[in-house]
Amino acid sequence: MKKRIVVVGNGMVGHKFIDNLVNHADADQYQVITFSEEPRLAYDRVQLSKYFSGSTAEDLMLTSTDYYNEKGVQYILSDKVIDLDFDNKEIITASGRREAYDKLILATGSFPFVPPIPGNNGEHCLVYRTIEDLERITASAQQSKIGVVVGGGLLGLEAAAALKAAGLETHVVEFAPRLMAVQLDEGGGKLLRRKIESIGVRVHTQKATNEIVAGTESRYRMNFADGSHLETDMILFSAGIRPQDELARKCGIGLGERGGIVVDNNCQTTVKDVYAIGECALWNNRIYGLVAPGYQMAKVALSHINGGNDQFTGADMSTKLKLLGVDVASVGDAHGNTPGSLSYTYSNDVEEVYKRIIVSADNKKLLGAVLVGDVEAYGTLQSMCVNGMDLPEDPNCLILPNVEGGGAAIGVDALPESACVCSCYDVSKGAICCAVQDGARTMGDIKAITKASTGCGGCSALTKQVMDSELKKLGVEVSNHICEHFPHSRQELADIVRIKQIKTFDELLDTHGHGLGCDICKPAVGSILAGFWNEYVLDKKHIGLQDTNDIFLGNMQKDGTYSIVPRIAGGEITPEKLIVLGEVAKEYKLYTKITGGQRIDLFGAQLHQLPAIWKKLVDAGFETGHAYGKSLRTVKSCVGSTWCRYGVLDSVGMAVILENRYKGVRSPHKMKFAVSGCTRECAEAQSKDFGVIATETGWSLYVCGNGGMRPRHADLFATGLDDVTLIKYIDRVMMFYIRTADRLQRTSVWMENMEGGLDYLKKVVIDDKLGLCAELEEQMNYNISQYQCEWKTTVENEELQKRFKHFINSEAKDENLAYVVEREQIRPATALERKNSTIQFVELVD
Amino acid sequence: MSEKPWISVCELSDLLPDTGVCALVNKQQVAIFRSRRLNEVFAVSNYDPIGEANVLSRGIIGSIGDEVVVASPLYKEHYNLRTGECVEKPEYKISVFPVRLDDGLVQVQA
Repeated sequence: MKKRIVVVGNGMVGHKFIDNLVNHADADQYQVITFSEEPRLAYDRVQLSKYFSGSTAEDLMLTSTDYYNEKGVQYILSDKVIDLDFDNKEIITASGRREAYDKLILATGSFPFVPPIPGNNGEHCLVYRTIEDLERITASAQQSKIGVVVGGGLLGLEAAAALKAAGLETHVVEFAPRLMAVQLDEGGGKLLRRKIESIGVRVHTQKATNEIVAGTESRYRMNFADGSHLETDMILFSAGIRPQDELARKCGIGLGERGGIVVDNNCQTTVKDVYAIGECALWNNRIYGLVAPGYQMAKVALSHINGGNDQFTGADMSTKLKLLGVDVASVGDAHGNTPGSLSYTYSNDVEEVYKRIIVSADNKKLLGAVLVGDVEAYGTLQSMCVNGMDLPEDPNCLILPNVEGGGAAIGVDALPESACVCSCYDVSKGAICCAVQDGARTMGDIKAITKASTGCGGCSALTKQVMDSELKKLGVEVSNHICEHFPHSRQELADIVRIKQIKTFDELLDTHGHGLGCDICKPAVGSILAGFWNEYVLDKKHIGLQDTNDIFLGNMQKDGTYSIVPRIAGGEITPEKLIVLGEVAKEYKLYTKITGGQRIDLFGAQLHQLPAIWKKLVDAGFETGHAYGKSLRTVKSCVGSTWCRYGVLDSVGMAVILENRYKGVRSPHKMKFAVSGCTRECAEAQSKDFGVIATETGWSLYVCGNGGMRPRHADLFATGLDDVTLIKYIDRVMMFYIRTADRLQRTSVWMENMEGGLDYLKKVVIDDKLGLCAELEEQMNYNISQYQCEWKTTVENEELQKRFKHFINSEAKDENLAYVVEREQIRPATALERKNSTIQFVELVD
Repeated sequence: MSEKPWISVCELSDLLPDTGVCALVNKQQVAIFRSRRLNEVFAVSNYDPIGEANVLSRGIIGSIGDEVVVASPLYKEHYNLRTGECVEKPEYKISVFPVRLDDGLVQVQA
């Protein structure tokens, strides 16, 4: 018989336990049943604030009913477990349901602590914990002008960001003398405060709230112990969490003095066969309010059930995060509580950077660190601290600017194999080295195989160093040369072309390459030249560079014929144009299909027919759709605010603007866009290279998403943008991509391989860290000014059309073409059909 | 065995440097390429035996080491323009035809 495992609570940690179990080798020996009092399965509470920048409850989900069904996990939602019967080994729910268990896992999590202040139960006094809370906050914010967050800790500041995003005048009230008192020291807290105040959040420290009463100008008035007061329309309590131990308390499971279910190193409670994991568990008199230790406990409990010997022995509480746009990190003993500890501090008021490291009394080991404003060193410092590595000779190099990477200073070779490099996914140095030994060669490979640096991304620099070092050890020379004809990467070639103003392939081959070139470097250089100078791609100078599809401005199909794809910007088309497409397709017997990019493909055009067909289309006002190019394909859109009852902004209008702006821009690979008119996201913008979503406060820009073979959710790049800023950011990101990506590298892979990742891209594009923005914009404007419809140019010039025939010396057609009818349209005959003499082939149009 | 006649198919100026054209010679489709750097003309069968379509004249020409090749526009296998051999799959081989320039005319024996 299968062992029955009951998991009470389907939060992040409860789900993690289940996910580990159902993917375990012995999964078929267990039947899993999970209960949640919330109306949905586990979602990502760490990312809750994304709800305010466009993500939906759906986006935050960590699992799905489909997944649980597939894995045979029984789930019961909106039914709270209220009693336990240890004698019969059963649980009892509010609805009276009883389920037997062999092993019981309590993953009940925590609840927000609301300080016992008179008046704390008003309608607009809320907490920040669940998706339902977020819905309440959104509703309340719509009826409020001013919002106060009580609590200046990590969660409090996230809540403040949410209120700010909702457009409220935002205040943070904190009892302690500084923000994030647990993680930051005085210097760090001070700088964080300054930065947060500079973006308009008012911070009030050392304030104890005595009571909340009716306000005179706003809904409420908070009276503080020092006699001062503050008026506000809503109050969010974020003053810490308390373990949800109600069930355990009722049933007599051992608790700590101040709550929390006591567990041992196996995560076992005081009752046999009952485990507790996550924020409800108290280990060594300590509650861990972060998700990573919770995941560790999930692993330990499962190991114990399976007879393994993993132990929970405490967890590293280091964190790195971005709060209200400010980078903050805290490592180990950030306060220097260790007796005799010493510290090094770097503080720069101009660039607003604060870094402090705490070292042991003998100046040999790193004990902790605080970083505000620049957290690049986090990965190195955290790893050094957790693994007890020796400090470099001059510890200053770990925090001083412009010292070649702290990581280099200590050298990754000094890390033991077991050293944890990625704490989000618990990936060791050894695992990364193994992946390299098994053939991984790029950061993209490492991420796909080990998951390292796919969580918070804080370890990306360290991961890359480990990978590079291992590659070097294996004697693998990582050549980034594009092919045998150029000893350069695509990025280097792009720099050469741009800086030396090279205009042709031959010029580049003469000066920087050798041989004749090939089908790798020719199209790549063709793309670079077009990306910067945007000349007619079929000009004599460039024609030999064009790949299969570009060379005849159409997509070659399996039988050598072409498809015809006119641009239908934003998917918007008039009836008149629709009729023209139908008439042309009919006249030439073309197979007609709607594409995923909201336009219409006409298939089966022979080479010699292309100019005549395009002449008709151009005359009717169509332009080429560049379906053949490594360039902008389409900007998909939903119908938006002009028609839709839910639309917030005019998504079609923006899609048309974007498509017309970037049409014809050649890039390292194709680029897809989408614009959604509200956060329902009907245009699926988060799966595109550039995705734009309308919100109440303006456009949200997402970058580097991908559908297709390797789907990647786009990263949220910026929010609350007006039209001009949106376009400015897209200009910059796109031109930076054109300059720096590898050949045929989609934006998603480009992002995954970018050192520093999203934060770095933001620094370049938003903060202008490299001083490049003006140049990027200028380059993009030049490129756009050179736009031409390649088909218009071609049909207006007879000389250019000469090439469009199958034979140079005959009007005959390619006799290899054969079509049959299927569903009332043509399709190429199969090899078998071709051999069958009884089959009637479709007569081709001349 | 009597030698096949030289057939004029086009003028050299019809052949844009580093591109190909297809000519119909004795009912055979012949792909003809001109390399500007080598100042040389090549003629091979236009039929791609792997993609099973008449498309090779629309491929990109270039070099692999010292060999001159065309890449099939369908699945990008390379064919040696002097020997007809497929570089990636030597079991495939395409016909190579004699080609010459005569007073600005491109002539093929096929």
